[in-house]
Amino acid sequence: MKTSKPPRWATWLLEAFAHPDSREEVQGDLLELYAYWVETVGERKARWRYWLNALKLMRPLARRKPATHYSTPFFLSPVMIRNYLKVAFRNLVKNKVYSFINIGGLAVGMAVAMLIGLWLYDELSFNQYHKNYDRVAQVMQQQTSNGKIYTQSAIPFPLGNELRTKYGGEFKYLSMASWEGEHILTYGDRKFSKSGCYMEPDAPRMFSLTMLRGSEEGLKEPNSILLSESVAKAVFGEADPLNKLMKIDNKLDVKVTGVYEDLPYNTTFRDLAFIAPWDLYATSESWIKRARDEWGNNSFQLFAQINDQTHYETVNKRILKARYNNVDESEKKFNARIFLHPMRDWHLRSNWEEGVQTGGLIEYVWLFGIVGVFVLLLACINFMNLSTARSEKRAKEIGIRKAIGSVRSQLISQFLSESLLVVAVAFVLALLLVQLSLPWFNEVANKRMEVLWTHPGFWLLGLGFSLLTGLVAGSYPALYLSSFEPIKALKGNRYASRFQTIRFVSIPRKVLVVLQFTVSVSLIIGTIIVYRQIQFSKNRPIGYSRDGLMMIQMKSPEFYGKFELLRSELKRSGAIIEMAESSSPVTSVWSNNGGFEWAGKDPSLDADFSTIWVTHEFGKTVGWQFKEGRDFSRDFSTDSSSLVVNEAAVKFMGIKDPIGTVVRWGTDSRARSFKIVGVIKDMIMDSPYDPVKQAFYLLDYENVNWIDLKLNPAKSASESVAKIEAVFKRVIPSAPFDYKFADEEFAAKFAAEERIGTLASGFAVLAIFISCLGMFGLASFVVEQRTKEIGVRKVLGASVLNLWGLLSKDFVFLVLIAFGIATPIAYYFLHGWLQKYEYRTEISWWIFAASGVGALTITLLTVSFQSIKAALMNPVRSLRTE
Amino acid sequence: MKRSYLGEFEEIVLLTVAVLEGAAYGVSITHEIIEQTGRSVRLNQIHSALERLEDKGMVKSEMGEPTAERGGRRKRFFTVTAYGRRTLEEIQEVRVTFWSRLLIRGMQSNELRVMS
Repeated sequence: MKTSKPPRWATWLLEAFAHPDSREEVQGDLLELYAYWVETVGERKARWRYWLNALKLMRPLARRKPATHYSTPFFLSPVMIRNYLKVAFRNLVKNKVYSFINIGGLAVGMAVAMLIGLWLYDELSFNQYHKNYDRVAQVMQQQTSNGKIYTQSAIPFPLGNELRTKYGGEFKYLSMASWEGEHILTYGDRKFSKSGCYMEPDAPRMFSLTMLRGSEEGLKEPNSILLSESVAKAVFGEADPLNKLMKIDNKLDVKVTGVYEDLPYNTTFRDLAFIAPWDLYATSESWIKRARDEWGNNSFQLFAQINDQTHYETVNKRILKARYNNVDESEKKFNARIFLHPMRDWHLRSNWEEGVQTGGLIEYVWLFGIVGVFVLLLACINFMNLSTARSEKRAKEIGIRKAIGSVRSQLISQFLSESLLVVAVAFVLALLLVQLSLPWFNEVANKRMEVLWTHPGFWLLGLGFSLLTGLVAGSYPALYLSSFEPIKALKGNRYASRFQTIRFVSIPRKVLVVLQFTVSVSLIIGTIIVYRQIQFSKNRPIGYSRDGLMMIQMKSPEFYGKFELLRSELKRSGAIIEMAESSSPVTSVWSNNGGFEWAGKDPSLDADFSTIWVTHEFGKTVGWQFKEGRDFSRDFSTDSSSLVVNEAAVKFMGIKDPIGTVVRWGTDSRARSFKIVGVIKDMIMDSPYDPVKQAFYLLDYENVNWIDLKLNPAKSASESVAKIEAVFKRVIPSAPFDYKFADEEFAAKFAAEERIGTLASGFAVLAIFISCLGMFGLASFVVEQRTKEIGVRKVLGASVLNLWGLLSKDFVFLVLIAFGIATPIAYYFLHGWLQKYEYRTEISWWIFAASGVGALTITLLTVSFQSIKAALMNPVRSLRTE
Repeated sequence: MKRSYLGEFEEIVLLTVAVLEGAAYGVSITHEIIEQTGRSVRLNQIHSALERLEDKGMVKSEMGEPTAERGGRRKRFFTVTAYGRRTLEEIQEVRVTFWSRLLIRGMQSNELRVMS
């Protein structure tokens, strides 16, 4: 009978995990039963039953035998944890103001950090929708002119074929592309104005478009079009769009051969509503047909995907001279260098200066990243400051806990669990805040972000950070306070010990306050300067009048040849006072040309001018201002070869007496001569931050793209627009009536800067708010500690003013130090920021003074609330307590 | 209501302990219950029931002498306390009262017997 032994593993398990109080009898019983089972049901079944029983007798399946004597303290015993939570909640409820400051401040800080984190994530994942993100690039070039290096994405037509035939081994796909622009799509009698682009058949593959209908081969058919999902839906509704016939700009017949999924908002091509074949574009207009072999005409874009085995650097080296080798001798001096601009840099690193990449949006990614970290840091500092300050009030509780048998590890875990609890509440609150403020933030930041509820990284970061904050903030009370000797703590002897600790603890606390206000003051200064820069640029004289200036792009052939008819009809309707046409919109320059010659020209000067073709009344329409000479006039038939130039051009040409100067354009048989008849004040058409480029205004009725209208100021804009629309519908019925206002377009140029201004001011306000919360809490803590001292001082005759000064002095001093640190830091960074702008505001001293005074005022207001309250207290009361 | 609640299984275990009169320990109780009731019980159920009963103060236990067949381990013997015995008696009384009323009524009407 003794031959069979129970399974050793099960025995070991039981030995290890059975409850110590009942281990012996359980083991014995089971052994006895095993022998019985072996006899009655056989060894196999007996072993099986032994296993089963052994498992069920282990903890925690088996019930714990209640202890009859005092249990040893257990680090995580549920009863104690329940007690910690209860005490923590009671403390929070008892000190409502502190709890609010603590939790609210931390939640706001976390929310800001989360928003910024989402923003950073969105910026850094820009364009990552494209699967070939790492291998796609735009082909760009750099040229040297007048000693300066210019970088541009416009390249000549033949470059595409050149790369394909001579350097084809380096590239997987290549696609020429037109500039993305608004075009009219017509289906039946329905017209849509949509942004689109002409590309080569490889483009859908290169940009890994997700085809919902049709195939990526769609562009191989000569007269085809690929539509984005939303446009297909807008045009065809639920019907199948495939093989439907449409028209682009009322002149090109195309057939829908595919529908692709809309590109997400954080891609460069987010607005791309359709793609049509490049070959169609190449034959659509005479100037493009001519450009096919022109190496000097930089009017197109080229995108490429490099081969899987190669690198950008290798390809860059090979294609460097791809253009240089083909241009005319006269253009060799520009030393054109072709290179690739990788897709990963399109969005974040798109600024060039003297041929060197100088960043771009990546600077803001850094800036806001730093701001986010700082705001979070401020909130954490508050949290730590306040929880350490408050915890000293709990010395008695600690004394009692120790007296009834708490060991140190229990007290440590109590304080840690308390601060973790507060952080957890703040975290949940922060998530709520983020969810609520995201729509507003999206609008300000021009993004479409969502909380990454399902992203593991988001949770990992959020929870990891919460845990860290909780542990760090809880570590001081946990480690320091738990070391109190119970007798001292209970006897109220803690005043003696605290005076030592105050000196020891208050230094880091002061450092933290200084840090907080340094950040706040820097942000105030930054915000003021960003706004002043925007205001400065807005107030710059623009050289024309943009009030009631309306612009309509001439998108299809129907617009042309109707100038006189339109003008007379519109003027008769009373909606406008003047009408003109121009090659560029008033708020942008579309063409630049070189090859101008004049008497006394420096031969080494590359004569590159903005060239704008206009009709006779352009000046009257936009209201440009003459410095010298006269406007174009219908009275002079010679004006077809007259020039109006701007002041910058006179300066650039270096001529003393501009009126009458003859300018020759071109060298060959097509060369023409122009005579300058007028000089206008500089018109800001491009960036309001850059100096105005030298410009020539020429008279032409063919080479125009925009209709400019000056609305009648005597009538309301909506009334005029309705009248104008009626005229357009009558004269050009086939085109959609699509207009822009010059002042709106001009304002849009400030969008980026205003966005930064709004965000910076938002963060500044939050940073100050958080700092003040902390200051408020700290002040009330100090006041509370010094209640007795204030009472004694009052009895001895101190005035309210004396006491107020006494209590506020410390904080004012700290803020002054912070101001002293913040000033040079802010100056350094903002000076650097302003260098980007050719026209910039000055950093004057009053900005610093104002922010210093502002910070001081806020400080005093915050602290005074507490200090005056304390100074007004009746000394009898404060002295009698305790 | 006055006494503490006793589950059906606990009651059986308590009864078994009482019946075994001093010889009650885990294995003997298990065997006894299997024999008498025919239901399959496991050792852990017995042990936890005994622990609960001990909590309620209806049984008390002490360790016996070491025995060879148990690998030199001692048995824990259970005996019913006075409180346990009183509880059992109260339960019995309540049942008897109910049964006697049922029997009287059963004699009065034949229908009930047919139905049951």
